Amino acid sequence: MHTVVMTKGVPDFREGQVSFDEDGHLERGKTPTVMNPNDKHALRAAFQTKVRNGGHVSLMSMGPPGYKEVLQEGMRDVYADDLYLLSDREMGAADTWATAMTVATGLQNLDEQPDLVFAGFKTADGETGHTGPQTCWCLDWPIITHVLSLDIDEDAGTVRAKRLVDGDISEIETVEAPMPCFIVADPEFEPTYRKASHRLNHKDLREETQERAEEYEDHLTVWDHEDLNLDPDYIGLDGSPTIVSGVDPIPKAPSEREATMIEADEREALEPVLDELTPYAAGD
Amino acid sequence: MTDAVEEYEAVVVGCGPGGAAAAATLARNGVETLVLERGVDAGSKNVSGGLIYAEESAPYTIDGLFPGFREEATERPVTENIIHNIAGDKVKSFDIGGLHHHDTAWADAVLRRKMDSWLAQQVHERTRETGGGLLTEVHVTGLLRERGEIVGVTTEELDPIKADMVVAADGVNSELARDAGLMDWEEPEEWFQGVKAVVDMEPELINARFDVAPDDGTAHLFSGDLFDGVRGGGFLYTNESSLSIGTVFHLDSIAEERAEPHELLDSLLTHPLMAQWLGDEYDEREYSAKLVPDSKKAAHPSPHKDRLVLVGDAAGQMQAQGPIIKGMNHAVTAGALAAEAFADARARDDPSQAGDLYEKKLNDEGVMDKLRPTGYRVFGQLGELGPVDDLSNAIADSAVGRFGVRAAAGLLERAYSSPRLVSMIPDTKLPYVTLPTVIAEELGEPVTDENTVSPPDLADRIGDLTYDVGDPHIELVDKSFEASGTAVTACPVSAEDFGGGCYRDEMVQTNGSEEHLVSLDTQPCVECGTCAIVADTEWEHPAGGKGVEFNQG
Repeated sequence: MHTVVMTKGVPDFREGQVSFDEDGHLERGKTPTVMNPNDKHALRAAFQTKVRNGGHVSLMSMGPPGYKEVLQEGMRDVYADDLYLLSDREMGAADTWATAMTVATGLQNLDEQPDLVFAGFKTADGETGHTGPQTCWCLDWPIITHVLSLDIDEDAGTVRAKRLVDGDISEIETVEAPMPCFIVADPEFEPTYRKASHRLNHKDLREETQERAEEYEDHLTVWDHEDLNLDPDYIGLDGSPTIVSGVDPIPKAPSEREATMIEADEREALEPVLDELTPYAAGD
Repeated sequence: MTDAVEEYEAVVVGCGPGGAAAAATLARNGVETLVLERGVDAGSKNVSGGLIYAEESAPYTIDGLFPGFREEATERPVTENIIHNIAGDKVKSFDIGGLHHHDTAWADAVLRRKMDSWLAQQVHERTRETGGGLLTEVHVTGLLRERGEIVGVTTEELDPIKADMVVAADGVNSELARDAGLMDWEEPEEWFQGVKAVVDMEPELINARFDVAPDDGTAHLFSGDLFDGVRGGGFLYTNESSLSIGTVFHLDSIAEERAEPHELLDSLLTHPLMAQWLGDEYDEREYSAKLVPDSKKAAHPSPHKDRLVLVGDAAGQMQAQGPIIKGMNHAVTAGALAAEAFADARARDDPSQAGDLYEKKLNDEGVMDKLRPTGYRVFGQLGELGPVDDLSNAIADSAVGRFGVRAAAGLLERAYSSPRLVSMIPDTKLPYVTLPTVIAEELGEPVTDENTVSPPDLADRIGDLTYDVGDPHIELVDKSFEASGTAVTACPVSAEDFGGGCYRDEMVQTNGSEEHLVSLDTQPCVECGTCAIVADTEWEHPAGGKGVEFNQG
């Protein structure tokens, strides 16, 4: 089994971390980069595969050299065996299309063809949810999205998954696909380890990976567009058909309701509240 | 395939000393062994008074099975053992080194979180080499059966697991032993209940106050009239940088006297005798409690069924040798013998013989005779008969008895040190209360020190022990005060007129009549099992990793 997880570094949008200028534009320089939160679902699903089925797990990302730390974080989380960063200036400012082209080429460039590729649900910065499916489209593989649980039959070369139909929690279907296959894990994905052997593997991996993650750069491969034999016209900004015409900050919601404060330390003081509420209770 | 039932040659449930000894011995014999422990860490569920013995006559000792054990996992060795007979502020102390050293290669004070988690690490490494290993946070709930035969275990967290041998080393409240019908929670007479405080103290202060070298330690035992007539006694052991101070009482006595265990512990902590050791600053690291089987009555003579063997507390293998309690050493021996039995049976190509072989080994190696001594069966139980008990108490307390005590002071000290005599001691007031009290009154000197210790109240003690228990794991079946009211006092984390514990009682108005009812909140539960015996409950442990987590133990 060879499993690849796609991940991306995004600005840390959490309160206290993210920084905007006075026009409401994101200040990338002042905002730390973290792993896209939704990629954790992909990592969890890939990790379950590693624990239950064993094999080799690679983590792949496209981005500036600073994404190495994101990959290190991922290595700890998914107990990855090796890391791949697709990185050079020509790849910069890519939209989802150009990114998919690049990542698909990266996947094809691996020594061993992956059996499964896990992608995150959507990124916290772009929010499109396009990159995974588009990468899959480039490779012409089957894709299963909104996956809740997974079962792999290595002998048959198939993967069976429970998934939300149209992302709707009320409708769940079970589908089967031949490998290689793309998997997009839903935020509801719950890994299960009901076998003692799974948990023992888990324990082994945990110990082994902590050491590896300390020296992650020994397990990191960086590829530029020449390594991947990619034409700069088809990647990065030049290869991106998407044009961002402008960004409008979302105005703050108005909060101009009138409020009356009542000190409710005595029973009589509550009477005005009752008077206010009574009209609404009338009728039904 | 993912649907197949997992199978190991041996599954060991619980990684205390019994389970660890079994697992290590199985692994040494090349048996693929899975160890399942329900705590977040081995030792997090375990409490003991705190002395582990290595007996010269035992076929196995813990340091024999785990080299480095004493250096890595124990506190201080016990080089001195004193029993204090107490009446009011009068104290007469006897050196019972003779009893302590009899058949003793060594005895060390231990704290179980440190000890058991160290053992667990060794166990995991050794069993992993056999294809098994140790998993924490797995609650084994019962036995897996096929056509009525025990073939494995069921758990809360994992799918059922089959095994050629199941070692139940799951402690005093073993759910496996009860599922198999081998042990029960019926008779309070078969149990002791212990509570303990681990008290923080700088090593230098311990050395000075107990007058011991940095690598030595001491054990003090207490009996007499300081526990309101409840049958039992107290102990104090020195650890590296703390003291283990506790009390152990017959559960039937706690129930009858409606005694509050935490108050009995406080009676010891605040006695003037303790002032010299506790000083002015009292910092309690942890309060804990445990049920202790009395092997004389509870040790199962045939602790196995089908593929299941019981080891340690799960089999009632806890020996009260007079004032000295030996449990962990017997669990170690039993665990290793069970493993040996399985290896022998497997070599004969018939693993199903393991249980019978184990029972034979327990007898041949003399373990059973220590656990259920003949002397107690002949003389001790005689002393427990009502008229004999009344007469003995009356004599001891009479002028004649008192004269005898005065005349025989030296003899008494020797008698306390006789392993044979103490094994015959009946479970009555005579040895626990009457005799020590008379000894102290007749021979003792008053202690004039002022004890300024004020132990934390129950709410504070519980506050440090409250963890996420998950779903309530105990169900109160009969809520009437008549059936379950004893739990309000006997539960070590409940008390009358205290609302913050597990059990409380209240008068409830129903249809014009008034009912005296008991209610239960399992949140502060320390999983001692007391209420399983004194109240009408459906008792089980919380899920793996849930519930109380002892940091000292």
